[in-house]
Amino acid sequence: MEFEPVIGLEVHVQLNTKSKLFCSCATVFGAEPNTQVCPVCLGHPGVLPVMNRKALEYAVLCGLALNCSISRFSKFDRKNYFYPDLPKNYQVSQFDKPFCYNGFVTIHVDGKDKRIGVTRAHLEEDAGKLLHSDAGAGSGVDFNRTGIPLLEIVSEPDISSPEEAYAYLTALKSIIGYLDISDCNMEEGSLRCDANVSIRPKGQKEFGVKAEIKNMNSFRGVLKAVSYEIDRQTEVLLCGGKVVQETRLWDADKNMTFSMRSKEEAHDYRYFPEPDLVPVVLTEANIEEIRKYLPELPSARMKRFVMDYGITEYDAEVLTGDKKLADYYEDCTRLFNDYKSISNWIQSELLRELNDRKLPVTASSVCPKKLTDMLRLIQNGTISGKIAKTVFAQMFETGKDADTIIKEKGLVQISDPDELKKIIADVIDSNGSIVDDYKGGKEKSFMFLVGQVMKATKGKANPQVVNQMLKDAIG
Amino acid sequence: MAFTRQDVDYIAKLARITLSDDEQKNFTRQLDSILEYVNKLNELDTDSVEPTAHILPVQNVFREDEVKPCADSKLAVEQSPELRDGLFIVPPVIE
Ligand SMILES: [Zn+2]
Repeated sequence: MEFEPVIGLEVHVQLNTKSKLFCSCATVFGAEPNTQVCPVCLGHPGVLPVMNRKALEYAVLCGLALNCSISRFSKFDRKNYFYPDLPKNYQVSQFDKPFCYNGFVTIHVDGKDKRIGVTRAHLEEDAGKLLHSDAGAGSGVDFNRTGIPLLEIVSEPDISSPEEAYAYLTALKSIIGYLDISDCNMEEGSLRCDANVSIRPKGQKEFGVKAEIKNMNSFRGVLKAVSYEIDRQTEVLLCGGKVVQETRLWDADKNMTFSMRSKEEAHDYRYFPEPDLVPVVLTEANIEEIRKYLPELPSARMKRFVMDYGITEYDAEVLTGDKKLADYYEDCTRLFNDYKSISNWIQSELLRELNDRKLPVTASSVCPKKLTDMLRLIQNGTISGKIAKTVFAQMFETGKDADTIIKEKGLVQISDPDELKKIIADVIDSNGSIVDDYKGGKEKSFMFLVGQVMKATKGKANPQVVNQMLKDAIG
Repeated sequence: MAFTRQDVDYIAKLARITLSDDEQKNFTRQLDSILEYVNKLNELDTDSVEPTAHILPVQNVFREDEVKPCADSKLAVEQSPELRDGLFIVPPVIE
């Protein structure tokens, strides 16, 4: 029997507001434990939370970017449960009136576009951080993270392969990056993802029993965990077993998911309206005001890059995936007109240097002006494309501009025939038999002679000039 | 609709409290009568009434996204029964 997977993702995005969702505590990452807390986020009795306006704007902005409808009336609810990282024993979240609902994200897999539905996106407060210490000594809790705004984005079960799950996350991260509302760093926990995975016989309408997979800490991890889970469930069903509804944890070292085996206790969160916070009512005008901040989004920018700069769809996708990289590219296009060449240099040399050092493009020591100045030197024949790679590496290393490096290292391309005349004559003299081979019709021999001239000039000779002069001399 | 002892048991478990036999009996009786009273609402036709989200006729109360360090932060943390290296200490949590 053939099975098909049904996958839905729940993504939590930490919004990068300066202060928390319901109090004025700072949200800076990495502060000393429990130094960014107050009676409100510690859940002391009698305190009054007040909503952060920016968090609302970010939630609505994200909803609009995800093609969602925006609720005219929203409210917060208490989700009740006990856990040591939750000081109030309830989390302020949204139950039946989320800010955003009914949207979609378009993904691009195997050359096809597919829409993944977004059921809803709602705001809630983050919990604290549990630090497990030595056995028996108890666990420590840091509440600095408590109350930082989270946007939970829930997808429809429209995802049908691990690759689509990966593409969905990449698209979501790219959009959120464009909105600049979160750092979206899965390793640092500013983006978290849980996956609901089930399988069903191909063609069957009803869903199979699903498992909820947690604890993935990279997009690759999600891809691998979902693949593993599909294989595991397939094997269970093929052996005549039944898939159990449960929560499973991904173990990145063992490349397996494990049942949490927690006490079989049905969650009963007893949601009820949060009496300390008043409802939020948005008018059409409010929403349109926020819509003004919607930037050109990655898919639109990708299509525009293909149109405006004549680069391939693939190149445009790489360049527009990260807003800052796309900005860098466009800054370059305003300074230099060989758009294809800019795209190539960014994707090969620049991205390699950045990735090697794990740097964002904004930290590049080679700015668009420096890169395009160098490309101009290739275009006007001052340096060869090959030498330019060395120059670029030096530029990245030292932060100096191309001109300075070329002068310091004496890398200017030799295009002057007078300067090359003697070297070419020497090469012809000392390679008599190879010159004869060429004359006898062996085309390859010509390239050898060119190589000898390049070697004698330490790669600085202008290849076009050398070609022409050699041909004239022996042709 | 009768409220049973099982219901009281379940709620006590969710609230992490232990009830004596007498308390269980008492609460079952009291909660049953309270719910019966509230149940009177079901006699009304509420189809055209919006559910109440908040008892005050107030909406859209916001603050600006500004950091204001809390003067009582340290005092609030010190209310913890046990602190170590700035962390609240709780019974070991095994995941
Ligand atoms: Zn606070």
